[in-house]
Amino acid sequence: MSEKTPEAGSSLWRDAWLRMGKNKAAMASLGVFTLIVFMCFGVAWFCKDPNAVTLTNKFASPSGEHWMGTDALGRDLFSRILYGGQISILVGLIATAVSVCIGVTYGAVSGFAGGRPDALMMRIVDTLLSIPFLVVVIVLQAVLSVWSSDTSSWIVQHWNWDKTFTDRLTNIVPLFFALGLFGWLTLARIVRAQVMSLKEREFVEAARALGYDRFRILFRHIIPNTLGPTVVYATLTVPGFIMYEATLSFLGLGVEAPNSSWGILIKEGANFMETHPALLIIPGIFFSLTLFSLNFLGDGLRDAFDVKASKD
Amino acid sequence: MFRFILGRLLQGLLVLFALYTITFFLAKAMPGEPFTTEKNVSETTKQYLRKLYGLDKPLPAQYIIYPSKIITDRDFGVSTSKGRPVRDIIAQSFPVSLILGLGAMSFAIGIGIPIGIISAVRKNSWVDWSLMAVAMVGICVPAFTIGPLLQILIAANVPGLKVAGWGNPLDFLLPAFTLGLVSAAYLARLTRGGVLEILSQDFIRTAHAKGLSPTRVILKHGLRGGLLPSVAYLGPAFAAMISGSFIVETIFQVPGMGQHFVNAAISRDEFLLMGVALFFGFLIIMMNLISDILTGILDPRVRIGKAAQ
Repeated sequence: MSEKTPEAGSSLWRDAWLRMGKNKAAMASLGVFTLIVFMCFGVAWFCKDPNAVTLTNKFASPSGEHWMGTDALGRDLFSRILYGGQISILVGLIATAVSVCIGVTYGAVSGFAGGRPDALMMRIVDTLLSIPFLVVVIVLQAVLSVWSSDTSSWIVQHWNWDKTFTDRLTNIVPLFFALGLFGWLTLARIVRAQVMSLKEREFVEAARALGYDRFRILFRHIIPNTLGPTVVYATLTVPGFIMYEATLSFLGLGVEAPNSSWGILIKEGANFMETHPALLIIPGIFFSLTLFSLNFLGDGLRDAFDVKASKD
Repeated sequence: MFRFILGRLLQGLLVLFALYTITFFLAKAMPGEPFTTEKNVSETTKQYLRKLYGLDKPLPAQYIIYPSKIITDRDFGVSTSKGRPVRDIIAQSFPVSLILGLGAMSFAIGIGIPIGIISAVRKNSWVDWSLMAVAMVGICVPAFTIGPLLQILIAANVPGLKVAGWGNPLDFLLPAFTLGLVSAAYLARLTRGGVLEILSQDFIRTAHAKGLSPTRVILKHGLRGGLLPSVAYLGPAFAAMISGSFIVETIFQVPGMGQHFVNAAISRDEFLLMGVALFFGFLIIMMNLISDILTGILDPRVRIGKAAQ
C-alpha cells in the first residue's frame, strides 16, 4: 500500500505470481480448478455417451462399469457430470469474456474522455446497476430462447450444418449474451477509476508528446495497465455466472436437453433425492468445488495484485 | 440530507422508468400470444379479449397508457393468464414474500455478523480460517442443493417441520434459512473485512491505551465503522431476498411473488410481468436509499464527501 509498485510492467506480473505462490489456499484452488477443467474437457472424450439411455439399468450403484452409478434413465452419471461441466464452465468463461470486453472498453472510454461524456456514461451505469439483474435476465432469456430455435432452423437450412450440433449451439449462445450483457457494469466502474488515475501519469504524457493519437494511447498504453484489477474481478465473476446459469437452468430457462449442465443435473437429482440422494449430492459437490476454487483463486489474485476491495 | 434524499428519489424514478422501458419492449418481443393457454378460443373472442386488455392499440399508445394508469388509478393491469388484477396478485403474495424475506434477513444477520466479528478478532487463527471456509461453503453451495438437502435431512426427521408447503407458523423456518444462508456468508466476509480495517486504525490503539476492555473496544468503537460495508450490502440484499426467491419458493412450494414472475415470463403474461418487475424495482430502489441513509448516519465522512462533490 505505502510503497509504489515499480513501473516495469513485467515485474508487476512476476511479483504477483511470486506472492500467489506463497498463498497455499489459492495454489490449491488453482490445482483443483485445473483438474476439473482437465476432466471436463480432456477425460470426458474417453467416457461413455452421456445421453445413452439404458432403461434396464436405472439408479445403478457405483461399479467398475459406471463409476458414479446411473441416473433415472440409466445414463452414466460420471460422464454426464463431465459433459455438463463443459457447458457450465464454458458459460461462465464466455459470459465473463463478453462482459470483460464491454466493461473494459466502456469504462476506459468513459474515464479517458472525462467531463460530460463521462458523467453521462456513469449515470447510465448507475441506472442499469439498480435494475434487478436476474429479473431482466429471465425475461431476456425467454425472448432469446425462441429466437435461438428460429436461428437454428435457418442455419440448418441455409448453411447445411448438422442439426443436433446447431440446436445445441443456439441453445447456449443466448445465455452467454443474456448474462454477459448485464455483467459488465461493476467492471466498467473499476476500469474507469483506474484509467482516470493512469491518464495523469508521465508515460501517457510521453506518448502524447510522441504524437500518438488518443485511440492508440488508450488501447495500447492505458488499458494494458488496467489488466491486474480486471483479471482479479473477472476471476470472481466466473463463479457468479456459473451460479446464474445453474439458477436459470433450474428454473427451466437455461440449458435444455440434449445439452446438460450442472444446474440441470442438480435439478434432475432433486426429483429423486428421497430415494437416491447421490444423484443430487455428487453433481452438487462438483459444482460447489468449482465455485469454491474459483472464489479462493480470485481472493488470492486480489491479495497478490493488492487490489483494494472497495467498489469505487 | 434532504437534498440528497430528493436527488436519490428523482434518480430512482429514472431507474424505474428505464426498467419499465426494458420490460415493456422485452415483453412485446416475447414469443407467442397471450390467451393461447385457454383452449378453443375463437378469433373473435381473441379480438374481444385483446380489446378488453387494451392490446389492440398501437405500441406507443400502450407504452404510455400503462404507467399513466398506475399513477392515476393505481391500476397495474389485469393478468392475461390468470384473469385477475395484477394488483390483487401482488397484494396477496407480497406478505408471504415479506415474511420469508424478514426471516431470511434475521438468519443472515444473526449468523453472518457474529461470525464475521469472531473471525476478525481471531484473525489468521484456525477459528478464523474454519469460519471463513464455512462462509465460502455458504456462497458456493447453491440454494437448490441446500434446500433439498435440508428437506431430506431435517424436515423429514424433525416433528413439526414440513418438507414443503405454507400455512403453519413454523413453515417459514426452512425456506427462510435456505434463503438467508448466502447472505449470511457474504455478511460474514464483509463484516470481517470491515472490522479488520477499523481495528488496524489509530483510534483503536488509543482506545486500548486508555485501558478500555477489549470487548468494549470492539463492540463500541470497532463495530460502528466495521459494520459499514455490511449495512451497505444489506439494503439491496434484503430487496433481493424478497424478489429473488424464485428458487426457494419453487423448492418449498411457498406462494410468494417469485413464482408469478417466472410464470409470467414463461406464459407471456405481460401485465403481470411488468407489474411485478416494477414492484421489485421499486423495492430495490427504496432499500438502496434506506441503506445509503443508514450509511450516512453511521459514517459522517460519507455525508461530507457527498457535500464536497
